[in-house]
Amino acid sequence: MHTREELLACVVARLIGEAKHVAVGAASPIPATACELLKARGQDLRVSMLHKRKGNPFTEGSRELFDLAGQGRIDVFFLGGAQIDGEGSINLVRADGKRFPGSFGSAFMYSVVKKTILFREEHSKRVLVPKVEFVSARGTPGALLTGRALFSWQGSRFRLESTHEAGDVRGETGFDFQSPERIPLTPPPTEEDLALLRSSVAQRIAPDYPDFARRVWGIN
Amino acid sequence: MALVRELIRKKSRHLKLLGVPVLGMCADLLIGAGCVAEVESSAVSLGEAGLAPRFTEAVENGEIKMRDATCPAVHTALQASEKGVPFMPLRGVLGSDLMRIRNDWQEAQNPFSREKDSILLVPAISPDIALFHARWADEAGNVWVGRRRELATIAHAAKQTFVTYEELKPGDMLEDELLAPGVISGTYVTDTAPAKRGAWPLGIAGVYDIDDAHLAQYAKAARTREAFQRYLEEFVCTPAKSYSPASSPA
Repeated sequence: MHTREELLACVVARLIGEAKHVAVGAASPIPATACELLKARGQDLRVSMLHKRKGNPFTEGSRELFDLAGQGRIDVFFLGGAQIDGEGSINLVRADGKRFPGSFGSAFMYSVVKKTILFREEHSKRVLVPKVEFVSARGTPGALLTGRALFSWQGSRFRLESTHEAGDVRGETGFDFQSPERIPLTPPPTEEDLALLRSSVAQRIAPDYPDFARRVWGIN
Repeated sequence: MALVRELIRKKSRHLKLLGVPVLGMCADLLIGAGCVAEVESSAVSLGEAGLAPRFTEAVENGEIKMRDATCPAVHTALQASEKGVPFMPLRGVLGSDLMRIRNDWQEAQNPFSREKDSILLVPAISPDIALFHARWADEAGNVWVGRRRELATIAHAAKQTFVTYEELKPGDMLEDELLAPGVISGTYVTDTAPAKRGAWPLGIAGVYDIDDAHLAQYAKAARTREAFQRYLEEFVCTPAKSYSPASSPA
Protein backbone atom coordinates (compact mmCIF):
# COMPACT_ATOMS: atom_id res chain seq x y z
CA MET A 1 0.00 0.00 0.00
CA HIS A 2 1.04 3.56 -0.58
CA THR A 3 0.34 6.72 1.41
CA ARG A 4 -1.60 9.67 0.03
CA GLU A 5 1.58 11.76 0.03
CA GLU A 6 3.37 9.15 -2.09
CA LEU A 7 0.50 9.09 -4.58
CA LEU A 8 0.46 12.90 -4.82
CA ALA A 9 4.24 13.02 -5.29
CA CYS A 10 3.95 10.56 -8.20
CA VAL A 11 1.20 12.68 -9.81
CA VAL A 12 3.33 15.83 -9.42
CA ALA A 13 6.29 13.98 -10.98
CA ARG A 14 4.08 13.15 -13.99
CA LEU A 15 2.95 16.80 -14.27
CA ILE A 16 6.55 18.06 -14.18
CA GLY A 17 7.27 15.73 -17.10
CA GLU A 18 10.36 16.55 -19.12
CA ALA A 19 11.06 19.94 -17.50
CA LYS A 20 14.71 20.93 -17.00
CA HIS A 21 14.43 23.41 -14.11
CA VAL A 22 11.86 23.36 -11.32
CA ALA A 23 11.67 25.85 -8.45
CA VAL A 24 10.10 24.65 -5.20
CA GLY A 25 8.88 27.14 -2.59
CA ALA A 26 8.64 27.00 1.19
CA ALA A 27 6.57 24.35 2.92
CA SER A 28 6.28 22.22 -0.24
CA PRO A 29 7.43 18.73 0.76
CA ILE A 30 5.30 16.93 -1.85
CA PRO A 31 6.60 18.89 -4.88
CA ALA A 32 10.11 18.52 -3.44
CA THR A 33 9.55 14.75 -3.13
CA ALA A 34 8.34 14.62 -6.76
CA CYS A 35 11.50 16.37 -7.94
CA GLU A 36 13.74 14.00 -5.98
CA LEU A 37 11.82 11.06 -7.45
CA LEU A 38 12.47 12.28 -11.00
CA LYS A 39 16.16 12.68 -10.19
CA ALA A 40 16.24 9.21 -8.63
CA ARG A 41 14.74 7.86 -11.88
CA GLY A 42 17.72 9.39 -13.69
CA GLN A 43 16.14 12.55 -15.16
CA ASP A 44 18.56 15.43 -15.65
CA LEU A 45 16.61 17.96 -13.58
CA ARG A 46 17.76 21.15 -11.86
CA VAL A 47 15.79 21.79 -8.68
CA SER A 48 15.99 25.17 -6.97
CA MET A 49 14.72 24.76 -3.42
CA LEU A 50 14.00 28.30 -2.31
CA HIS A 51 14.08 27.81 1.41
CA LYS A 52 16.93 25.40 1.84
CA ARG A 53 18.68 26.27 5.07
CA LYS A 54 22.04 25.11 3.74
CA GLY A 55 23.22 25.16 0.14
CA ASN A 56 20.59 27.59 -1.13
CA PRO A 57 21.05 27.87 -4.93
CA PHE A 58 21.11 31.67 -5.12
CA THR A 59 23.98 34.10 -4.67
CA GLU A 60 22.31 37.35 -5.77
CA GLY A 61 19.85 37.57 -2.90
CA SER A 62 16.17 36.78 -2.94
CA ARG A 63 15.58 38.68 -6.18
CA GLU A 64 17.55 36.12 -8.18
CA LEU A 65 14.67 33.63 -8.36
CA PHE A 66 12.44 36.29 -9.88
CA ASP A 67 15.13 37.42 -12.31
CA LEU A 68 15.61 33.79 -13.38
CA ALA A 69 11.88 33.33 -13.84
CA GLY A 70 11.54 36.63 -15.71
CA GLN A 71 14.12 35.39 -18.23
CA GLY A 72 12.16 32.17 -18.74
CA ARG A 73 14.75 29.97 -17.04
CA ILE A 74 12.23 28.31 -14.68
CA ASP A 75 10.05 25.67 -16.38
CA VAL A 76 7.79 24.67 -13.51
CA PHE A 77 6.64 26.40 -10.32
CA PHE A 78 3.97 25.57 -7.73
CA LEU A 79 1.37 27.88 -6.26
CA GLY A 80 -1.34 27.30 -3.69
CA GLY A 81 -3.92 29.61 -2.22
CA ALA A 82 -6.31 30.25 0.62
CA GLN A 83 -8.82 30.24 -2.25
CA ILE A 84 -8.53 28.92 -5.81
CA ASP A 85 -11.33 29.63 -8.28
CA GLY A 86 -12.77 28.07 -11.43
CA GLU A 87 -10.93 30.64 -13.57
CA GLY A 88 -7.60 29.51 -12.16
CA SER A 89 -7.05 32.64 -10.04
CA ILE A 90 -5.56 32.32 -6.57
CA ASN A 91 -6.04 34.37 -3.40
CA LEU A 92 -3.37 34.60 -0.70
CA VAL A 93 -4.55 37.86 0.88
CA ARG A 94 -7.95 37.67 2.57
CA ALA A 95 -11.09 35.54 2.69
CA ASP A 96 -14.18 35.42 4.92
CA GLY A 97 -12.90 38.33 7.02
CA LYS A 98 -9.62 36.54 7.69
CA ARG A 99 -6.26 37.97 6.74
CA PHE A 100 -3.63 35.66 5.23
CA PRO A 101 0.11 36.35 4.92
CA GLY A 102 0.05 37.94 1.45
CA SER A 103 0.70 37.34 -2.24
CA PHE A 104 4.46 36.65 -2.00
CA GLY A 105 5.82 36.46 -5.57
CA SER A 106 2.72 34.82 -7.04
CA ALA A 107 1.47 37.85 -9.02
CA PHE A 108 4.71 37.71 -10.99
CA MET A 109 5.54 34.00 -11.09
CA TYR A 110 2.12 32.86 -12.32
CA SER A 111 2.49 34.83 -15.55
CA VAL A 112 6.20 34.36 -16.30
CA VAL A 113 6.89 30.70 -15.46
CA LYS A 114 6.22 28.30 -18.35
CA LYS A 115 4.09 25.89 -16.33
CA THR A 116 2.48 26.76 -13.00
CA ILE A 117 0.96 23.83 -11.15
CA LEU A 118 -1.73 24.76 -8.64
CA PHE A 119 -1.42 22.47 -5.64
CA ARG A 120 -3.46 22.44 -2.46
CA GLU A 121 -4.06 19.34 -0.34
CA GLU A 122 -7.33 20.58 1.12
CA HIS A 123 -10.20 19.95 -1.30
CA SER A 124 -13.31 21.77 -0.04
CA LYS A 125 -15.86 24.38 -1.03
CA ARG A 126 -14.07 26.75 1.32
CA VAL A 127 -10.88 26.57 -0.78
CA LEU A 128 -12.22 25.80 -4.28
CA VAL A 129 -14.60 28.71 -4.83
CA PRO A 130 -16.49 30.09 -7.87
CA LYS A 131 -14.63 33.40 -7.61
CA VAL A 132 -11.79 34.40 -5.29
CA GLU A 133 -12.33 37.42 -3.02
CA PHE A 134 -8.98 38.90 -4.01
CA VAL A 135 -6.95 37.98 -7.09
CA SER A 136 -3.38 37.67 -5.85
CA ALA A 137 -2.40 36.17 -9.18
CA ARG A 138 -4.02 35.22 -12.43
CA GLY A 139 -2.53 33.02 -15.11
CA THR A 140 -2.84 29.87 -17.18
CA PRO A 141 -2.55 26.89 -14.84
CA GLY A 142 -0.73 23.79 -16.07
CA ALA A 143 -2.98 21.70 -13.79
CA LEU A 144 -4.75 21.79 -10.43
CA LEU A 145 -3.94 18.99 -8.02
CA THR A 146 -5.67 18.57 -4.66
CA GLY A 147 -5.61 15.82 -2.07
CA ARG A 148 -8.78 14.53 -3.72
CA ALA A 149 -8.46 14.95 -7.50
CA LEU A 150 -6.49 16.08 -10.54
CA PHE A 151 -7.86 18.71 -12.95
CA SER A 152 -6.48 19.84 -16.31
CA TRP A 153 -7.00 23.32 -17.76
CA GLN A 154 -9.13 23.64 -20.87
CA GLY A 155 -8.47 27.26 -21.85
CA SER A 156 -11.23 28.79 -19.74
CA ARG A 157 -12.20 26.17 -17.18
CA PHE A 158 -10.97 23.06 -15.38
CA ARG A 159 -11.66 19.48 -16.44
CA LEU A 160 -11.67 16.68 -13.91
CA GLU A 161 -9.08 14.11 -15.02
CA SER A 162 -9.08 11.64 -12.14
CA THR A 163 -9.94 11.19 -8.49
CA HIS A 164 -7.61 9.56 -5.98
CA GLU A 165 -10.53 7.67 -4.42
CA ALA A 166 -14.11 7.17 -5.59
CA GLY A 167 -16.58 9.79 -4.36
CA ASP A 168 -18.58 12.92 -5.12
CA VAL A 169 -15.97 15.46 -6.22
CA ARG A 170 -18.62 17.84 -7.61
CA GLY A 171 -20.29 18.00 -4.22
CA GLU A 172 -16.99 18.95 -2.58
CA THR A 173 -15.98 21.59 -5.15
CA GLY A 174 -17.26 25.17 -5.16
CA PHE A 175 -16.67 25.87 -8.86
CA ASP A 176 -18.11 24.29 -11.99
CA PHE A 177 -15.86 22.10 -14.14
CA GLN A 178 -15.97 19.73 -17.10
CA SER A 179 -16.04 16.06 -16.35
CA PRO A 180 -15.84 12.84 -18.36
CA GLU A 181 -18.77 10.39 -18.19
CA ARG A 182 -16.72 7.91 -16.23
CA ILE A 183 -14.14 9.41 -13.93
CA PRO A 184 -10.92 7.37 -13.80
CA LEU A 185 -9.03 6.69 -10.59
CA THR A 186 -5.59 8.32 -10.35
CA PRO A 187 -3.05 5.59 -11.15
CA PRO A 188 -1.29 4.37 -7.99
CA PRO A 189 2.52 4.62 -7.69
CA THR A 190 4.42 1.80 -9.38
CA GLU A 191 6.43 -0.66 -7.28
CA GLU A 192 9.64 0.86 -8.72
CA ASP A 193 8.63 4.38 -7.70
CA LEU A 194 7.60 3.25 -4.22
CA ALA A 195 10.96 1.55 -3.76
CA LEU A 196 12.78 4.75 -4.78
CA LEU A 197 10.55 6.95 -2.62
CA ARG A 198 11.16 4.86 0.45
CA SER A 199 14.94 4.65 0.05
CA SER A 200 17.01 7.37 -1.60
CA VAL A 201 14.21 9.95 -1.99
CA ALA A 202 13.19 9.73 1.68
CA GLN A 203 16.83 10.19 2.73
CA ARG A 204 17.20 13.28 0.56
CA ILE A 205 13.94 14.88 1.72
CA ALA A 206 14.47 14.35 5.45
CA PRO A 207 17.04 17.15 6.09
CA ASP A 208 14.81 19.92 4.69
CA TYR A 209 11.43 18.49 5.69
CA PRO A 210 12.06 16.52 8.89
CA ASP A 211 8.43 16.52 10.10
CA PHE A 212 7.18 15.30 6.74
CA ALA A 213 9.79 12.53 6.49
CA ARG A 214 8.92 11.37 10.00
CA ARG A 215 5.19 11.31 9.28
CA VAL A 216 5.34 9.60 5.88
CA TRP A 217 8.34 7.29 6.19
CA GLY A 218 9.04 7.16 9.92
CA ILE A 219 12.52 8.65 9.47
CA ASN A 220 13.88 10.28 12.60
CA MET B 1 16.27 41.25 16.37
CA ALA B 2 18.47 43.03 18.93
CA LEU B 3 17.56 46.34 17.28
CA VAL B 4 13.87 45.41 17.15
CA ARG B 5 13.86 44.64 20.87
CA GLU B 6 15.53 47.99 21.56
CA LEU B 7 12.94 49.83 19.43
CA ILE B 8 10.23 48.21 21.53
CA ARG B 9 11.95 49.11 24.83
CA LYS B 10 12.32 52.70 23.59
CA LYS B 11 8.57 52.74 22.82
CA SER B 12 8.97 53.71 19.17
CA ARG B 13 5.68 54.72 17.56
CA HIS B 14 4.16 55.30 14.09
CA LEU B 15 6.81 53.26 12.23
CA LYS B 16 6.28 52.36 8.58
CA LEU B 17 7.81 48.96 7.81
CA LEU B 18 8.94 47.78 4.39
CA GLY B 19 9.38 44.03 3.90
CA VAL B 20 12.17 43.08 1.47
CA PRO B 21 10.39 41.22 0.16
CA VAL B 22 8.57 39.70 3.17
CA LEU B 23 8.42 40.19 6.94
CA GLY B 24 8.33 37.79 9.86
CA MET B 25 8.84 37.76 13.59
CA CYS B 26 10.52 41.21 13.73
CA ALA B 27 7.42 42.82 12.25
CA ASP B 28 5.03 40.77 14.35
CA LEU B 29 6.81 41.86 17.56
CA LEU B 30 6.84 45.53 16.55
CA ILE B 31 3.17 45.44 15.53
CA GLY B 32 2.11 43.69 18.74
CA ALA B 33 4.07 46.20 20.82
CA GLY B 34 2.20 49.08 19.17
CA CYS B 35 5.20 50.52 17.32
CA VAL B 36 3.78 50.30 13.79
CA ALA B 37 1.34 52.45 11.80
CA GLU B 38 1.82 50.99 8.32
CA VAL B 39 3.28 47.92 6.63
CA GLU B 40 4.27 47.45 3.01
CA SER B 41 5.18 43.86 2.23
CA SER B 42 4.58 40.93 -0.09
CA ALA B 43 3.69 38.81 2.93
CA VAL B 44 3.97 38.69 6.71
CA SER B 45 4.26 35.25 8.28
CA LEU B 46 6.35 33.22 10.70
CA GLY B 47 7.31 30.77 7.96
CA GLU B 48 7.09 27.20 9.19
CA ALA B 49 5.72 28.43 12.54
CA GLY B 50 2.59 29.63 10.71
CA LEU B 51 0.68 32.90 10.56
CA ALA B 52 2.05 36.03 12.23
CA PRO B 53 -0.68 36.42 14.87
CA ARG B 54 -0.17 40.07 15.91
CA PHE B 55 -0.01 41.18 12.26
CA THR B 56 -3.11 39.19 11.36
CA GLU B 57 -5.18 40.58 14.23
CA ALA B 58 -3.99 44.17 13.67
CA VAL B 59 -4.99 44.05 9.99
CA GLU B 60 -8.33 42.34 10.68
CA ASN B 61 -9.14 45.02 13.30
CA GLY B 62 -7.96 47.88 11.08
CA GLU B 63 -5.29 48.93 13.60
CA ILE B 64 -2.55 49.19 10.98
CA LYS B 65 -2.55 50.11 7.33
CA MET B 66 -1.43 47.31 5.01
CA ARG B 67 -0.05 47.99 1.55
CA ASP B 68 0.12 44.62 -0.19
CA ALA B 69 2.96 44.13 -2.67
CA THR B 70 4.57 41.24 -4.55
CA CYS B 71 8.19 40.18 -4.05
CA PRO B 72 9.81 41.23 -7.34
CA ALA B 73 8.03 44.61 -7.25
CA VAL B 74 9.75 45.42 -3.95
CA HIS B 75 13.14 44.35 -5.28
CA THR B 76 12.60 46.32 -8.50
CA ALA B 77 11.54 49.48 -6.64
CA LEU B 78 14.71 49.33 -4.51
CA GLN B 79 16.86 48.65 -7.57
CA ALA B 80 15.44 51.83 -9.13
CA SER B 81 16.71 53.78 -6.10
CA GLU B 82 20.09 52.03 -6.37
CA LYS B 83 20.41 53.38 -9.89
CA GLY B 84 19.00 56.80 -9.08
CA VAL B 85 16.16 56.45 -11.60
CA PRO B 86 12.52 57.32 -10.77
CA PHE B 87 10.91 53.99 -11.72
CA MET B 88 11.61 50.61 -13.26
CA PRO B 89 9.52 48.20 -15.37
CA LEU B 90 8.54 44.69 -14.33
CA ARG B 91 6.83 41.86 -16.20
CA GLY B 92 3.78 40.01 -14.88
CA VAL B 93 1.48 41.31 -12.12
CA LEU B 94 -0.98 43.12 -14.46
CA GLY B 95 -3.82 40.61 -13.97
CA SER B 96 -3.60 40.82 -10.17
CA ASP B 97 -5.95 42.80 -7.91
CA LEU B 98 -2.75 44.36 -6.54
CA MET B 99 -3.08 46.71 -9.53
CA ARG B 100 -6.42 47.93 -8.09
CA ILE B 101 -5.10 48.69 -4.61
CA ARG B 102 -1.68 50.05 -5.60
CA ASN B 103 -2.44 53.51 -6.99
CA ASP B 104 1.29 54.19 -7.17
CA TRP B 105 1.86 51.41 -9.73
CA GLN B 106 1.20 52.16 -13.40
CA GLU B 107 0.53 50.08 -16.46
CA ALA B 108 2.34 51.46 -19.52
CA GLN B 109 3.01 50.60 -23.14
CA ASN B 110 6.54 49.35 -23.86
CA PRO B 111 7.92 52.35 -25.81
CA PHE B 112 10.28 50.09 -27.80
CA SER B 113 7.53 47.86 -29.17
CA ARG B 114 5.29 48.60 -32.15
CA GLU B 115 2.86 45.95 -30.97
CA LYS B 116 0.67 46.38 -27.92
CA ASP B 117 2.88 45.35 -25.00
CA SER B 118 1.71 46.42 -21.55
CA ILE B 119 4.20 46.46 -18.73
CA LEU B 120 4.09 47.45 -15.06
CA LEU B 121 6.08 50.47 -13.85
CA VAL B 122 6.88 50.68 -10.14
CA PRO B 123 8.18 53.91 -8.57
CA ALA B 124 11.54 53.89 -6.78
CA ILE B 125 11.46 53.27 -3.04
CA SER B 126 14.08 54.90 -0.83
CA PRO B 127 13.57 53.90 2.80
CA ASP B 128 14.59 56.46 5.41
CA ILE B 129 16.40 53.81 7.40
CA ALA B 130 17.67 50.29 6.69
CA LEU B 131 18.27 47.98 9.66
CA PHE B 132 19.84 44.53 9.51
CA HIS B 133 22.22 42.15 11.22
CA ALA B 134 25.50 40.95 9.70
CA ARG B 135 28.08 38.33 10.53
CA TRP B 136 31.05 40.71 10.46
CA ALA B 137 31.90 44.39 10.52
CA ASP B 138 35.45 45.69 10.17
CA GLU B 139 37.53 48.64 11.31
CA ALA B 140 36.98 50.38 7.94
CA GLY B 141 33.21 50.50 8.48
CA ASN B 142 32.33 47.74 5.99
CA VAL B 143 29.96 44.88 6.80
CA TRP B 144 29.85 41.32 5.43
CA VAL B 145 26.50 39.76 4.53
CA GLY B 146 27.68 36.98 2.22
CA ARG B 147 25.12 35.83 -0.28
CA ARG B 148 22.35 37.90 1.29
CA ARG B 149 22.71 40.44 -1.48
CA GLU B 150 19.19 41.84 -0.98
CA LEU B 151 20.67 43.46 2.14
CA ALA B 152 23.15 45.26 -0.11
CA THR B 153 20.27 46.46 -2.29
CA ILE B 154 18.46 47.81 0.78
CA ALA B 155 21.62 49.58 1.98
CA HIS B 156 22.22 51.07 -1.48
CA ALA B 157 18.63 52.33 -1.68
CA ALA B 158 18.16 53.63 1.88
CA LYS B 159 19.00 57.12 3.11
CA GLN B 160 20.66 55.76 6.27
CA THR B 161 21.78 52.22 7.13
CA PHE B 162 22.46 50.87 10.61
CA VAL B 163 23.91 47.40 11.04
CA THR B 164 24.43 45.18 14.08
CA TYR B 165 27.07 42.47 13.81
CA GLU B 166 28.31 39.28 15.44
CA GLU B 167 32.05 39.91 15.31
CA LEU B 168 34.45 42.74 14.50
CA LYS B 169 37.28 41.96 12.08
CA PRO B 170 40.51 43.93 12.19
CA GLY B 171 41.52 45.80 9.04
CA ASP B 172 39.55 46.23 5.81
CA MET B 173 37.58 43.27 4.36
CA LEU B 174 37.60 44.88 0.90
CA GLU B 175 41.31 44.02 0.71
CA ASP B 176 40.48 40.31 0.99
CA GLU B 177 39.49 38.94 -2.44
CA LEU B 178 37.53 36.05 -0.93
CA LEU B 179 35.51 38.20 1.46
CA ALA B 180 35.01 41.25 -0.76
CA PRO B 181 32.11 39.86 -2.89
CA GLY B 182 30.03 39.44 0.29
CA VAL B 183 30.84 42.90 1.64
CA ILE B 184 28.69 46.03 1.71
CA SER B 185 31.08 48.95 1.47
CA GLY B 186 31.16 51.45 4.31
CA THR B 187 30.06 54.04 1.73
CA TYR B 188 26.52 52.83 2.36
CA VAL B 189 26.76 52.12 6.09
CA THR B 190 25.88 54.95 8.48
CA ASP B 191 26.94 53.14 11.64
CA THR B 192 27.46 49.71 13.18
CA ALA B 193 27.12 48.23 16.65
CA PRO B 194 28.08 44.85 18.11
CA ALA B 195 25.24 42.48 19.05
CA LYS B 196 26.42 38.97 19.81
CA ARG B 197 23.67 36.52 18.79
CA GLY B 198 21.78 39.59 17.67
CA ALA B 199 19.65 37.64 15.18
CA TRP B 200 18.32 35.24 17.82
CA PRO B 201 15.79 33.55 17.73
CA LEU B 202 16.34 33.82 14.00
CA GLY B 203 19.61 32.46 12.65
CA ILE B 204 22.60 33.69 10.74
CA ALA B 205 23.91 31.31 8.08
CA GLY B 206 26.98 29.36 9.13
CA VAL B 207 27.01 30.78 12.68
CA TYR B 208 23.83 29.64 14.40
CA ASP B 209 20.56 28.15 13.19
CA ILE B 210 17.09 29.51 13.64
CA ASP B 211 15.73 28.52 17.08
CA ASP B 212 12.66 26.62 15.86
CA ALA B 213 11.50 25.72 19.36
CA HIS B 214 11.56 29.35 20.47
CA LEU B 215 9.78 30.48 17.30
CA ALA B 216 7.05 27.91 17.94
CA GLN B 217 6.82 29.16 21.54
CA TYR B 218 6.46 32.72 20.25
CA ALA B 219 3.85 31.72 17.64
CA LYS B 220 1.76 30.19 20.41
CA ALA B 221 2.18 33.09 22.83
CA ALA B 222 1.35 35.69 20.18
CA ARG B 223 -2.12 34.21 19.64
CA THR B 224 -3.53 36.31 22.50
CA ARG B 225 -2.69 39.83 23.59
CA GLU B 226 -2.20 38.70 27.18
CA ALA B 227 0.29 35.94 26.40
CA PHE B 228 2.05 38.26 23.93
CA GLN B 229 2.48 40.86 26.70
CA ARG B 230 3.97 38.20 28.97
CA TYR B 231 6.33 37.22 26.13
CA LEU B 232 7.43 40.87 25.76
CA GLU B 233 8.05 41.20 29.48
CA GLU B 234 10.09 38.03 29.60
CA PHE B 235 12.13 38.20 26.39
CA VAL B 236 12.17 41.85 25.34
CA CYS B 237 11.81 44.09 28.40
CA THR B 238 14.30 42.07 30.44
CA PRO B 239 17.56 42.74 28.58
CA ALA B 240 19.41 39.89 30.30
CA LYS B 241 17.14 37.33 28.65
CA SER B 242 16.72 39.05 25.32
CA TYR B 243 19.79 37.74 23.55
CA SER B 244 19.47 33.98 23.83
CA PRO B 245 18.32 31.36 26.27
CA ALA B 246 21.27 30.57 28.55
CA SER B 247 23.32 32.52 25.94
CA SER B 248 24.89 29.26 24.81
CA PRO B 249 27.22 29.54 21.83
CA ALA B 250 25.97 27.89 18.62
